[in-house]
Amino acid sequence: MKTPLGMVRGLGSAKTGTEHWWLQRVTAIANIPLVIFVIVFILWHLGADRAALMASVKHPLIAIALAMSFLSILWHMRLGMQVIIEDYVHGRWRIVCLLGNVFFTIALGIAALYAILSLSFGA
Amino acid sequence: MAETHTAKRPLSPHLQIYRPMLTMMMSIMHRITGSALYFGIILLVWWLTAAAISADYFAIMQAFFGHWFGKLVLFGFTWALLHHMLGGLRHLLWDTGHGFKLSTIEWLARLNLASSIILTLVLWLGVYWVRGTL
Repeated sequence: MKTPLGMVRGLGSAKTGTEHWWLQRVTAIANIPLVIFVIVFILWHLGADRAALMASVKHPLIAIALAMSFLSILWHMRLGMQVIIEDYVHGRWRIVCLLGNVFFTIALGIAALYAILSLSFGA
Repeated sequence: MAETHTAKRPLSPHLQIYRPMLTMMMSIMHRITGSALYFGIILLVWWLTAAAISADYFAIMQAFFGHWFGKLVLFGFTWALLHHMLGGLRHLLWDTGHGFKLSTIEWLARLNLASSIILTLVLWLGVYWVRGTL
């Protein structure tokens, strides 16, 4: 007979907790200027046509800032959602959700990077 | 492992036991806004990818964000983003070991909520002022 408490006693930490916590903070701090940039970028291009958006993204600093934003934001998102899943999802669905979280954020990141490079270097 | 969970021991009381408080609501809002942003960013990536695909596809996305419903979604997105960011700043402050006085925590919660709304309005009005249109 084992209680939930007895199951975890003596096992020590979850091993990757500190790194997870730290990267959540690193990406959070990076996100502060990046998120403000992204909001202004979106609102600035409300109603713009493709040519106007392309002209903006063709500027190296804009393209680099956009790429950094998506990398940092999506990384932060993956870490945050992992904690939410670990808190609320139990049983066999937990691993499904954890995997889905990884695939979802990486897929979005690659799509975003592709779009930024395509707009920046394309015609 | 099959014989686990046979002993029922008391656990700490859960959320529904407590009287709702502002600080508690702000904690929950941090998760809710985080989750909303998690899925909301799909629209943003979609928007950029549409531009990478063709001018016509991008025009469709722009028409969506030009519609009042699309603008409402975008307005909600900017508020959630700013609210989550300001909530995160509180957490960064707490990480340094400061700001744990009860009155400070209460004050920070109010400041967070108020400034997220004010900043969202300032940002949208600012863009409206610079561009002359929304």
